[in-house]
Amino acid sequence: MNTTELISLLAIAVAAAAPIVIAAIGETITERVGVINLSADGVILLAGLGGFVAAQTTKNVWIGFVAAAIVGSLVALVVAFGAITLKQSQTAIGFVLALLCTDLSSFLGAPFVLTDAPRVPSWPLPLLSDIPYLGPILFHADAVVYFTYLLIGVSWFYFYKTRPGLLLRSVGEQPSAAFARGVPVIATRYLYTIVGGALVGIAGAAFTLDIKAGWTFRHVAGYGWIALSLVIFGGWNPLKVALGAYLFGITQSLLGKAQSVVTLIPSQVFPILPFVFMILVLMVSSGDLVDRMARLFPLGVRRALLRTLRATPPNSLGKPFEQD
Amino acid sequence: MRLEFRNIHKTFGQVHANNDVSFVVEAGTIHGLLGENGAGKSTLVKMLTGFISRDSGEILFDDKPVLIRTPVDGIRQGVGMLHQDPLDFPALTVLENFRAMAGGRWYTAADLRKLAAEFNFDLDPEEQAGNLTVGERQQIELLRLLALGVRTLVLDEPTTGISAHQKDQLFAAMRTLAGQGKSVIFVSHKLEDVEEVCDYATVMRRGGVVGSLPVAKGDDTLAARLVDMMFGRELALPSKPLTTTPTPALVLEDVVLEDERLSIHVPKFIAPCGEVIGLAGLEGSGQRLFILACAGVQAPSRGQIHLRAVNLTHKPYAAYQDAGVCYVPADRMREGLVPGLTIQEHVALRDGSGEFFLNTTAMQQGAERAIAEYKIRGTPTSFVERLSGGNQQRTQLALMPPDLKLILMEHPTRGLDIDSTIWIWKLLIDRCAQGATIMFASSDLDEIVQYSDRVLVFSGGQVSEPISTQGLTADRLGEMIGGKF
Ligand SMILES: Nc1ncnc2c1ncn2[C@@H]1O[C@H](COP(=O)(O)OP(=O)(O)OP(=O)(O)O)[C@@H](O)[C@H]1O
Ligand SMILES: [Mg+2]
Repeated sequence: MNTTELISLLAIAVAAAAPIVIAAIGETITERVGVINLSADGVILLAGLGGFVAAQTTKNVWIGFVAAAIVGSLVALVVAFGAITLKQSQTAIGFVLALLCTDLSSFLGAPFVLTDAPRVPSWPLPLLSDIPYLGPILFHADAVVYFTYLLIGVSWFYFYKTRPGLLLRSVGEQPSAAFARGVPVIATRYLYTIVGGALVGIAGAAFTLDIKAGWTFRHVAGYGWIALSLVIFGGWNPLKVALGAYLFGITQSLLGKAQSVVTLIPSQVFPILPFVFMILVLMVSSGDLVDRMARLFPLGVRRALLRTLRATPPNSLGKPFEQD
Repeated sequence: MRLEFRNIHKTFGQVHANNDVSFVVEAGTIHGLLGENGAGKSTLVKMLTGFISRDSGEILFDDKPVLIRTPVDGIRQGVGMLHQDPLDFPALTVLENFRAMAGGRWYTAADLRKLAAEFNFDLDPEEQAGNLTVGERQQIELLRLLALGVRTLVLDEPTTGISAHQKDQLFAAMRTLAGQGKSVIFVSHKLEDVEEVCDYATVMRRGGVVGSLPVAKGDDTLAARLVDMMFGRELALPSKPLTTTPTPALVLEDVVLEDERLSIHVPKFIAPCGEVIGLAGLEGSGQRLFILACAGVQAPSRGQIHLRAVNLTHKPYAAYQDAGVCYVPADRMREGLVPGLTIQEHVALRDGSGEFFLNTTAMQQGAERAIAEYKIRGTPTSFVERLSGGNQQRTQLALMPPDLKLILMEHPTRGLDIDSTIWIWKLLIDRCAQGATIMFASSDLDEIVQYSDRVLVFSGGQVSEPISTQGLTADRLGEMIGGKF
């Protein structure tokens, strides 16, 4: 493999990871506020279909994205109502919705299989795309890919540098303490569950109108679950979640390449290798291995190290809140 | 601002936690709120902030009824409250804890440092709050409320985690607030504190108000009158007989303990059987580290730990438990008890000996015994998080298994009323008579001097030699904590 090949491979991997990053960050936002929305896998399909149909009918690809965001928020609203207001099991609601949306997408999408819709146009960024190596990898793409970069930065900044972001996290950690400090816990949870759902919806459109443009039955099934696990691998931190998604994308494309070269190993092994890799990451980041490693370092370095490596879920993830 | 409670009622299921509570807090005064554990003090003040909603009754500010249903209303009325058990975010940093609120200024680390310096609080804005002691977490919350500029300040047992000197600072701040015409409600079990800082005191008992009275400085009969109102009888402090057995129980040799913040070295330390050792020092000076190491929760980075000639160095926590070690943590809801489980389920957890089926009768009987012996206000099927603060502490103590060799406690009587403090110490002294060694950390120097045989003073990463409490006064101990050995 020469450099040109490698660059094009990486560029494809970065673009291919875009919808997964969007969905994973959406789910990160939802979980950070204390709600688990497991419906992502179905929502990506259903919103992907919605976006595809909207774009096809209006001949406008961006209207497709808006439609997908609306589908995603509506499903999230159902989850929020069941989880926050009715205080039912969030896992059960999300899981059932995931299955339901998948089947619904197959049923409603039947007339659209293998039809055409507008696609997101390619848009190499001037100047930036001329940077050697990085330019062609990162900036020779389209609006969806650039939106992903923006989303990563903005969500990280929002979480850790703004007051609403702090309140978001505080509600996911200790809703009763946030409540005592005047934060409207219920409204906050609704808001970010819906925002997170909208992003998962957008991820669906990013597939059907861009990265895997088109529509077939169960077109992109499975990616929702990957996004959900990436949230955990990334320790609920948008930067690490995105990093995980890109690593996933890159290993997958590299292995896709390797598959055609190495014929000794059965080809079924390759698609699951990224998961093995991620489980290893998870073992390192959530066990006490990190603590033990950190003890080898001096006091000053230790804290920074622990903070970057350790991954703990939001304390009240999945637990409903009620005033006495 | 004048504050009046009028005919307040609140029930939790069967429990009538507040039954027709009425009293007045005059503007510009500090008002003590006293009463046995479970009397309904926290319930009342939580309704004032809107944290819990009231069933009926009125709250009036300057004779005008106000609607307080949620904390947002409470904050709008200028009410701020320091909760009895830290109501904060352990996973967030100190600065984030200080900042996290819906309104008010967006503080910087410099603001926090400045405010902390005024109170001689040593808080690192970037530290994770969960790594701090309960007392230090209360300090953050206190600073936040003071910075917020509340008009009515409620402090629900704020003095557990602060040193004598810091307490003076806090009392001065309270007086300043009162001087500005604001009102302060001070919930406490410490009569000395109430006498020192309060202008009035109201006593509650079983959900109702027994009475209010003015607190005059230098009134000798006040303490006795308050005790009589609270418990209906007189109380006497038990005293610890001197320990004479020289049999060593716990032996530490050349031990180095480290956590993310500090590192302490104990060259050699021996605690004999039956002795009570008090650990004194500012919050977070290493007492917790010392206790965690002796409990087998956190392994020392160097050195040896022996208990009754058994080498426990680097053994798992279970080995320490088998050797008769028991650890009673300060953060009872996070580390001591399991929220969501009942008292009898806790008994089953303690006694669980590998049987597959739960023995409901035995569980219930065990729980009933514990409830009777430790006078817990609750039933075997009460969820622990629903108990009052003091009753949670009693439950935690009641769950200590029999026949212990080493009991390690942080703030053993935090949140207990005077009667139960005395009762608990009687039980602990009995344990010593049976040969148990007790080590406890407390910021109440009177408690340390009263009950310990010897004291270890923690200060600036250093541990003193054991100091005998014969002839030691709380004042002298306070000076030592300040660094004057
Ligand atoms: N959320 C709740 N659910 C059920 N019962 C409760 C709840 N909160 C308090 N109680 C009960 O109400 C009564 C009064 O409790 P409260 O916490 O007000 O007592 P307290 O005076 O603050 O006692 P302490 O000195 O021990 O803190 C107790 O019997 C307690 O068990
Ligand atoms: Mg209380």
